[in-house]
Amino acid sequence: MTVPILKQRDYLIASIQAALTDADLKHLRDALVAQVGDYRSRGVIVDVTALDVMDSFAVRTLRDLAHMTRLRGAETVIVGIQPEVAFAMTQLGLRLEGVAAALDLEEGLAYLDSRVKRGGMTRQRLEG
Amino acid sequence: MSQRVTVNNTGPMTDGVRLDRAQITVPITSDLDIVAARQRGRLLAVELGYTATQATLIATAISELARNIVLYATRGEILLTGANDGARVGIVVTARDQGPGIKDVPYAIAGGHSTSGGLGLGLAGVRRLMDVFEITSLLGQGTTVTVTSWKR
Ligand SMILES: Nc1ncnc2c1ncn2[C@@H]1O[C@H](COP(=O)(O)OP(=O)(O)OP(=O)(O)O)[C@@H](O)[C@H]1O
Ligand SMILES: [Mg+2]
Repeated sequence: MTVPILKQRDYLIASIQAALTDADLKHLRDALVAQVGDYRSRGVIVDVTALDVMDSFAVRTLRDLAHMTRLRGAETVIVGIQPEVAFAMTQLGLRLEGVAAALDLEEGLAYLDSRVKRGGMTRQRLEG
Repeated sequence: MSQRVTVNNTGPMTDGVRLDRAQITVPITSDLDIVAARQRGRLLAVELGYTATQATLIATAISELARNIVLYATRGEILLTGANDGARVGIVVTARDQGPGIKDVPYAIAGGHSTSGGLGLGLAGVRRLMDVFEITSLLGQGTTVTVTSWKR
């Protein structure tokens, strides 16, 4: 199950359509990190609305993805975490830590616009 | 020496817990099976009338246990059974393998410790997601984790 990656303006948008295996998630991470360079993207949106479970592996992989793209000059925002999924993640003790999240695609785009316009990406601290 | 740790978040387990005769077995050998097992668990929860939130907690716990099987034991199985203690309906999830076993069970379930570069959150988290958590592990023989979630 490959995740389609759309290019919109300076951003890459990955919309997960169905449950993903661990291998699919790693593939998505690597594809996005590569395409940030191919398209000189400034932002990445990962839409996880279709994910009914975010376990420790999924969260770790998304966190790694966000840190890797940041090192390549692009900010990542996770959108569409379902309420039950947010509840389960919290119970499990999982945190997105330094990774941005937004309610939906529209909010995610607005978030990236505000980050990228401020030109914050290059000056931004790398940790966290 | 076999190590066994039981954590019961809902008071002492009554003797009267009856398991349904029907049991679903999901063999676990790859990351595809992790997805299959958690989807099957969610389906059972929905069939038994669990809320979407509780079904998600159960599916998440199954995902963690199934991944541990793939990661540490290569193969094993997840068993899903409906249960009843007279007053409540429950789901019992058993994850078992004949893998290497766990050297220090209390340490492994305390959380924050991983032998695979993970977050070490799986077992500690599953304890919080489910009502009853029991783990038995024997070095060189394998690991069995049995967890129960009572319908709310
Ligand atoms: N089925 C198993 N067989 C052998 N060892 C196991 C098994 N399950 C867990 N362990 C051991 O217990 C440790 C803790 O497991 P736990 O699932 O809590 O964390 P993790 O798998 O290391 O990381 P995470 O689940 O957060 O990605 C593991 O690192 C591993 O050493
Ligand atoms: Mg684990």
